[in-house]
Amino acid sequence: MRLLSSSVSITRYKVEGKIQGALIKTIMDGLNKNSITEIDNQPMEKAAGWTSFDNPYLPDFETSSCVIGAHFVFSLRIDKKNIPSKIIKKYYTLEMAKRLAETGREYLSRNEKKEIKEHVANALSLRIPATPNIYDIIWNYEESSLWFFSNQKAANEDLETLFSKSFGLTLIRLFPYTMANLASGLTDKERDLLSTISPTKFMD
Amino acid sequence: MLDVSVAYNRYKFLGHEFLTWLWFIMDVDPACILKAESDMVSLEMDNRIVLENSLDNRIENIRIKGDEAGFEEAKLSLQKGGVVTELNFSLKIGDHEWKFNIKGESLNISSLKSPETGKIEKKEDIEGAVLEKIYLYEKVVLLVENLYKQFIRIRISSKWESKTIPLIKKWIKS
Repeated sequence: MRLLSSSVSITRYKVEGKIQGALIKTIMDGLNKNSITEIDNQPMEKAAGWTSFDNPYLPDFETSSCVIGAHFVFSLRIDKKNIPSKIIKKYYTLEMAKRLAETGREYLSRNEKKEIKEHVANALSLRIPATPNIYDIIWNYEESSLWFFSNQKAANEDLETLFSKSFGLTLIRLFPYTMANLASGLTDKERDLLSTISPTKFMD
Repeated sequence: MLDVSVAYNRYKFLGHEFLTWLWFIMDVDPACILKAESDMVSLEMDNRIVLENSLDNRIENIRIKGDEAGFEEAKLSLQKGGVVTELNFSLKIGDHEWKFNIKGESLNISSLKSPETGKIEKKEDIEGAVLEKIYLYEKVVLLVENLYKQFIRIRISSKWESKTIPLIKKWIKS
């Protein structure tokens, strides 16, 4: 989801840890090393990587600025090939018929069927282009806060994994418990109280 | 700190209680909400509410949606022991209006519509547009954070049992 859209969804994170060494260079290195790679014409079904906010289909962190005001602004791109199951079924059936005719047999073994299915899926994934999904990110390094413009579980999980791999920092998703524990300024005594509470019954 | 997935599930009731408390406060003491953002004119429930009620080991979800929607049925669900799981808000600051949705279990903000911003006509306009959007989104993010801080302080205090719960019970029955 793009941050300039008319309607957005935001998942908030606390960034745990600080970067050792030159900040901008380290972040640029992390982005470059883990930028999205094209999987069209390759037998891969999915790829996830960083891309530039203002040019997401041609990522170039050298010429495109990732720093806007006090924020790092870039995007996560997840490319996925969605091959409809009916297409797989069609080519699988045709390939099985061809194999049976070639061998003159009436049946194929379980392993042969599995091998044909994999071959069909690989052959189709070479022919079908991946669908790109772009999710923007606003990272306020000084405040240790990050906004991810999607609430989708799978996209959030990809973000958390790639962020840790790229920058060596941990993202902590802010939800009721973590917001209370980490972002509400509670004392140790208050945190102890938090750990003991149980749901309220508003009606008897 | 607890494992994240354990903490998410064990304490999602806090998000539901937060939204229930927020509806109560917006209804009976809106002035209290205004303390969370100095320029705020109003924070009101908009056109959508989702409630969850656990009845005899089964979960019942009640969705009320529409610009003309009355919230009597939602109140009825609270009377049967339900909690608010999602709420849609309208926030007014000065002449500007924001609309957004909060899901209790995650406190995620969705369907956030901020006031209109200038059109982007050339590449050089992007930076300004991004900063303007960040400023506008921050209004909602900080408001939610401040209200949640206010809630959590009451929630872990003795005031929750002695004062807040009786008042919420009275409001639900009204």
